[in-house]
Parts: sequence; C-alpha cells; structure tokens
Amino acid sequence: MTAVDEVKIGGMGASRRRVEDNRFIRGKGNYVDDIVLPGMLHMEILRSPLAHARIRSIDTSKAWAMPGVRLVLTGETMAARNLAWMPTLSYDTQAVLATDKVRFQGQEVACVIADDPYIAKDACEAIVVDYEPLPVIVNPTQSMAEGAPLIRDDKENQSDNVIYDWEVGDKAGTDRAFAEADLVSKIELHYPRSHPSPIECCGSIADFNRATSKLTVYLTTQAPHIIRAAVALVAELPEQMIRIISPDIGGGFGNKVPVYPGYVASILASILLERPVKWIEDRTGNLISTGFARDVYLQGELALRRDGRILGVRMNTTADHGAFFSDAQPSKFKIGLMHSAFSCYDIPNAHLVARGVYTNKAPGGVAYRCSFRVTEAMFFQERMVHAAADDLGMDQAEFRRVNFVRDDDFPHRTSWGFLTDSGQYGKCLDVGLEAVGYQDFLKEKEEAAKRGRLLGIGISTMTEPLGAGNSREYDILGIKMFDSAELKIHMTGKALLRTGAKSQGQGHETTWAQIVAHELGIPAEDVLVEEGDTDTAPFGMGTYASRSTPVAGAAVAMVSRKIRAKARKIAAHLLEISEEDIEWELGRFYVRSQPDRGVTIQECAVAAYSNMPDGMEPGLENVAYYDPPNLTWPFACYIVTVEVDPQTGVWDVLRMVAVDDCGVRINPMIVEGQIMGGLTEAYAMANMQFITFDDEGNCIGSNFTDYLLPTAWETPGFELHEVVTPCPHHPIGAKGIGECAAVGGPAAFVNAVMDAVKGSGVRNIDMPVLPDRVYEALQTGQDVSGAPPVRMA
Amino acid sequence: MTSLFQEITPGAAQEIPVREITVMVNGERRSAVVEPRLALAHLLRQGFKLTGTHTGCDTSNCGACTVLVDGRPVKSCTMFAVQADGHDVMTVEGLAGPSELHALQEGFKEEHGLQCGFCTPGMMMASKALLDENPSPTEDEIRWALSGNLCRCTGYQNIVKAVMWAASKLDGGDTEPAEVDS
Repeated sequence: MTAVDEVKIGGMGASRRRVEDNRFIRGKGNYVDDIVLPGMLHMEILRSPLAHARIRSIDTSKAWAMPGVRLVLTGETMAARNLAWMPTLSYDTQAVLATDKVRFQGQEVACVIADDPYIAKDACEAIVVDYEPLPVIVNPTQSMAEGAPLIRDDKENQSDNVIYDWEVGDKAGTDRAFAEADLVSKIELHYPRSHPSPIECCGSIADFNRATSKLTVYLTTQAPHIIRAAVALVAELPEQMIRIISPDIGGGFGNKVPVYPGYVASILASILLERPVKWIEDRTGNLISTGFARDVYLQGELALRRDGRILGVRMNTTADHGAFFSDAQPSKFKIGLMHSAFSCYDIPNAHLVARGVYTNKAPGGVAYRCSFRVTEAMFFQERMVHAAADDLGMDQAEFRRVNFVRDDDFPHRTSWGFLTDSGQYGKCLDVGLEAVGYQDFLKEKEEAAKRGRLLGIGISTMTEPLGAGNSREYDILGIKMFDSAELKIHMTGKALLRTGAKSQGQGHETTWAQIVAHELGIPAEDVLVEEGDTDTAPFGMGTYASRSTPVAGAAVAMVSRKIRAKARKIAAHLLEISEEDIEWELGRFYVRSQPDRGVTIQECAVAAYSNMPDGMEPGLENVAYYDPPNLTWPFACYIVTVEVDPQTGVWDVLRMVAVDDCGVRINPMIVEGQIMGGLTEAYAMANMQFITFDDEGNCIGSNFTDYLLPTAWETPGFELHEVVTPCPHHPIGAKGIGECAAVGGPAAFVNAVMDAVKGSGVRNIDMPVLPDRVYEALQTGQDVSGAPPVRMA
Repeated sequence: MTSLFQEITPGAAQEIPVREITVMVNGERRSAVVEPRLALAHLLRQGFKLTGTHTGCDTSNCGACTVLVDGRPVKSCTMFAVQADGHDVMTVEGLAGPSELHALQEGFKEEHGLQCGFCTPGMMMASKALLDENPSPTEDEIRWALSGNLCRCTGYQNIVKAVMWAASKLDGGDTEPAEVDS
C-alpha cells in the first residue's frame, strides 16, 4: 500500500470542477427569493424622492385601507420600539425608517406588508408624505464650507459635517524628505462613487414563531454570525433564539455585508404579525440605498530623487461617506487600510491625513471587492507612481523596479507600520513585461505615433493586505476577526465540514473539501461542505475582504490536523505500536520500520466509533478557531495596452496581461476565475462604472440603463500568468486572491490611456475615463475632473 | 388549473381584473388566472414554482430572467404573463430531463462559466437561442449574442468557452477545452 494520489482525490492543486455547479446549472439554486414559507407576506419600501428634507407629516390611511394590506410601518412605529435608528458597523447611527428628516434620495421612509408584492407596491404609492425641502450637499467641498447646512442634526455634539480627521505616519520626517527632494510630483485624483451591484439584490425573509419564540431570518448576507450578534443587540432578542440562514447568494462583492433597514423592518413586521415576511429589494432600491463604494478624493505628493528613488509620500484624502457613516470595515483605522498604499515600495517616509464628511448621498462605504479602502489606496498609489515616473522622465517599469522592496528584505515593515512578509516583485514584473512584449510595444507605439495613432501602455504593480484579522487590529462590534471550521468524520470515513465563512460564488463547497483531502487523504468528493446557517456552523466572521482562504481556509487545515492527531493515536492502537513509531503519508499511517504495515484514515474513522483505545473519547470530530498572525500579502502586476481614437476619445484595450502571486493555489481553475472577475470590475471602474449626483442630490445611476456594467461584448480578453511565493504564516501557504485584480487593475487601464495621451500634456482624467472626457482632454490639453457639481449657497 | 395566488383578500377580488391564460411551459400545458399586469417572470417563479428563472433588475438590462418564448430569448421580467398566452415558454428547468444535462449545462460546469450562479440560467437560455440558430458561432458571435446578459463574477471569458464547449459537443466533436484568445 502507498499514499493516495492527491490529484486523483481532488486535493490541492487540482482544478476540480465545482460541486455547487450541479444545482446552479439546473436552476436549482436556493436563493432568498426562491424560498416560500407558509403564510408568507411581502414587504415593500417607500423611499424618499428628495435628498434632504424635513418630514412634516406622513399619511398612511389610504394604504391601510387597501385590501390585502396587513401592516404599514413608519419611523413613528419604529421609534415606539426604539428601532427608528440602528448602530452602524463604524460606530455611527443610521435611520431605519426616517423620523425627523430624510438625508439622501432613496432613504427608507415607510414599509407596507401585504399579501403579495404587487399590492404592497400599490399601497406604498398611496402613502402621502409632506416634505419640506432643505439645502442639498453632494460634494465634500460644499460639506466642509463655512455655514454649510448641518446634515446630522440628530446627533448631539455634531456641529459640522466632518466625521473624522485622522492622520498616520511621520509628519516631521516626511516634511524633511520633501525638503531634500530633487523633484516633487503632485497629482489630484477622485476615485468615483461606485456600486458593487451583484446581480441578485438584497433581501430577507423574517419568520418569528411566537410559540417557540424563535426568530429565523433568511438573509442575503456575507456574514451570518455578525448579523445574529447585531440582531441580538438591536432587537434585544436572546441570541440562542435567533437563527440566521444565508442560503445561496447571487454575488456579494461587499454589498451584502452591512445591516440594511429592510432587514430590520422585515424582522419587526414578522414579530408584529407573527407571520413570515419577505422583502426583496428592487434594483433601483439596491443602487440608490445600499452600500456604495469609493468616493474618495486625493491630493498626493511624492518626494523624488533624480535617480528615481522615492524619498517620501504624502497623501491627503477626503472621503464622502454619505448621510450615515456606515463603512463596513473592521479595522481600528478610520479610513480603513488606506495607509497600506505603497507597501510594495521601499519608502522611508510617509504621512497620511484622512478626512471623512457627511453629504446628502446614500450611506455605505462598503469594501467593494477589496479590503477596506485598499482599492482606493492602490489606485492612488499607482496613479501617483505613473505620474512621478513621467515627471522624472523615467521608464515606468524601471521606476517601479528601483523602488520595490527586494526579495531578501522580508519581513519588511512599511513606513505606515504594516508588516509584509513575502514576495518576488521584480520577478512578477519581469513575467508581465515579457508576456506583453514590453520593448516591442514601446517601438510599435513610437512608430504608430508618427502616423497619428495614439497607443499607450499602463502598468500597475501592488501588494495588498488581505484576510483580516489578526484580532489585535481587526474586530467588528468588538468581535475579533478570527474564523472557524468544524470537521466531522463519519464512521465510513466520509466527512461533513462546516465553516464560519459564507461563499457567494467563490466555490467554498469545492475548495474546502480539497484542503481536507490534502490534509487527510480523504477524497474531496467524500467531504460535504455546509455554510451559512448560524444554528449549525461554528461562529465565524464571514466572507469578504478576500479573507476566506487566509482565515477560514486556514481553520480547515488546522481542524484537519487535529483530526489527524487523534487518528494517529487510533492508528497506534490498531497497529499495536507506539505512536512515536508511526509515520504519516497522504491518507495512511504506517509503521516506520515496516512501511507495508499500515492503516488508512478511513480505517481509523471506523475504529473511532467501534474500536477506540481504552480511555479515549469516542468519535472523530473537532473544531478549530483560527486567528491569523498577520494579513496575507499577495502581489500583482497588471499591464494593459490601449489605442485611443483622437477623433472620438474612445479607447480600446489591445492586451491585458495579469501576473498574480497569491501563494499556493488550492484550485487553479477557481483562482483564475476570481482573477478574471476582478479584472472585469477593474475595467468597469476605469471605463464606465460610476454613480454621480446632480446638484439636487438626484442619483444618476439608479438603474442599469444609467449605471453601466460591462457586458460580454466590450469586456476584453485576459492573459493570465502566475508566480508562486507561499505565504510564510498560512498553514498551506495560500494568500487571498478574490480581490487583487479589482484592486490593482483600474490603475493599469487608466495609466495606459494616460500614456497614450501623454503628448497632449494631460496628466489626469478621472475615472471613469469616458470618451467625452478623453476627447475634452485632448482638445484642451487640460486634466478632466470627475467630481460632482458644487452649488454653493 | 394553477392559480397564481392561493387566496385573494375579500374586496380585492372585485377590484382586480383577472384573466385566464394557458401557456406551454417546458412542454407541459399550464393554465393560470392572472392579473394583466403580472410579469411573466413572476408567473413562472411564484405561480409555476419554476425558480430557476431569476430577476435581477426589473428593466430588461441584466438578462437573469431570460427564457425562450417560441424559441426566441425574452426578458421575462418585462413581458406580461398575458402576452405569453397561447405561446411556448422554455425555462432552464426545461433544458434537460431530471437526470440529464444539456450540453450547455455541462459546458458551463466544465469551463467554470459560473460562480454565484445567479445569471447562469439566463445565460444558458440566451446561449441556447444562439446555438439553435447558429450551431458553430465564433467568439464574437457568442459575445454579441450574450451582450444582453450581465455577469458580475466571471468576466465572461469562461462563459464564451462554455458555449464553445457546448457547440462542439452538440456537433459531435471533441470537448477539449476551447481556446479563447481575446
């Protein structure tokens, strides 16, 4: 007998086809809206048409009178139960249903619960709200101006619209670096407001059973256990009587982390009516009221030495958080991990000032396919680096290379305090340049320019922190950012694995089984994976910020090792030999001196229930909670080539080359799927995807006709390459990957367009780099800002 | 007869006009009494319990609700159920029998053409309409045919490969991974 073949059993490194696909391809997924409970009612939300207005009165009498209407909720109903406001994940408060005034267009004002969704919608239209319009603020410049109207007059001690003013880094040292610089490169950027827009909108079914006092909530949530804790705190219900079930989720991308007013209202409605209440958000509701992302302004400066070394970096950011500070981010840092910018470069001095303000826009600040504000950080970084190389007259690749942290310099402490632990930055860059044919393209570009054609190449290189925690620096509502896995090996050697994470398309049912296969030699197909039910899954913090593999995936490996340790004792008993004389090979223990004498893991499983050693607890089950010692630091190099049409401003992607180093890949097929998804979102950000507002606070981008998402037609093809530098602290050497491409990608596209139009003297066009913006820049030779309009009172 | 809503509140029945319709759904003749404003997607999901057809935008943009009506791809969230009266509707549940898979279903799994799975039924129905008309489409033809269906997870490259895989299988050819170069 020999060890089992890891590839054959679907272990690590196998591009195993996905288990979850079997139901999805048959239309047998089980999403929230697919669930029907006996006696279920339907809820719809009435939203504010105005961005800022005092509510004079709400008349719900016509709605109540409509046949089929069971309940109408307003802020007053909620307030009577102390539920008109709820805490946010950023220690602010957010209105559930408006009481005093509305603070953004689309804010929740009333809810109708009726026999069917059509009646509920009709009844919402029958509610009459008398609004007194107030001055509207859609821009941080207005928000911070002297005498600006106070948005959060509900808060004691809030005398202006500033949420926080926070700084990090060494100001004095950075000032000295700038004083000594040969050249200072400056740039101002806006990362526009965007929306994650998973194809499935948010929704809930609350089912309160008075007889058992149990509240079951089916919810589109990426983090069911956090929701359970939040419901226990907000609704003051006993935690053991709350069951959150996150069924199949039609994409999350950060949109499904926060607690939304619709969830809370549906829960209260179910408690009041003692019937299940379903709320399914429509697309406009999703776009105008749930977690937006980005909306950050930057003034960036790099202190440069003539030879290309960066001596210091200054970043001054202003974030537009909308009407409530509800960033879904667990770090102790006010602007998330913005100061993870420049982590791949060896820069001695850095200083960041971050300001956050309220405006009359939807709240959110979710980490859309990224760790908290890391997308903004890396975009700003790579746009600043691109501009600096141009200012120095240096080659883009060479400028990056001379400033990279070297391979032999790990662990490396960044000047903002992060500890990066591994990487081969120069090698990744080389692989990317080679793949794209860098030198040849530069020649081609020069030749094309002679004929009036505008070609450009853009590079983006970055390492980013993925996989929160550690628990020292990351928590949500005080709960530390660990994660968990529970493994039950049945008597027949088959297994059930549950984790505290929650897949929304990442393929956990497939990859977690591969980790078990790798650790125990049990075929992946023998391992059933379940997630998302707080009554059965071990407590975990959910899936976002690319933390599943770094944290829950690590827990899967650790619990497998606990199982193996017990199985070893059983093996010693079965082989009648001392434990010290036993060796492990995949799927099998054997006697060191007699390798052909051994027992399989499956034989140990049977024995755990039928023939355990004296004094041993029966069974082969365990649970592991994993608190990572550090974040994981994948590295990526993205290179894009474009051609810009000077007649129209339209730009086409010629090539898109991606080199990702996410450490050891568990399932290469799934990893590549994640990268291509991220690259598409990067392209979307650079090319079309943004939500803006007119000066009355009307959301321009409230449906998919106005808010553009890339289709199969315009999305470019991608060329993927890999470098593998294992994570030194992760049990299987893996790093996060789900978000790298969405984080590092946008700058590659924008840098490519900027390279193409460099001759015109333009240094920046804000995203999205729309054709009319490119055309305007080419015509005027001026930068084009994407900031929303300012109407000063 | 299938009635869409099991119970109608007294009073509502007199106010709301209803109409009886008959639709061939996945080869089966089905009847329902519906409000004229009822969307076909809702008839399929709530009325006929065929929840494989998803709704993602309510404005015909995302294509998650794509079904075939008389063989042509239609966004069922913006077609009224009454418009389907007397017509033939195919949903994802009709692609293959209970223990079988259509080549497209196999292709999507084989080429990792889905992640969260929410857009997948609509994608496959739009793909079926394409392959019924054009059994060996080029990459551009596939991308164009699917340009009314949004996917947020995959970046489309593997969806294109999945359709090529299915085309190849339906053609009786080999089903080696398709090469997509742009």
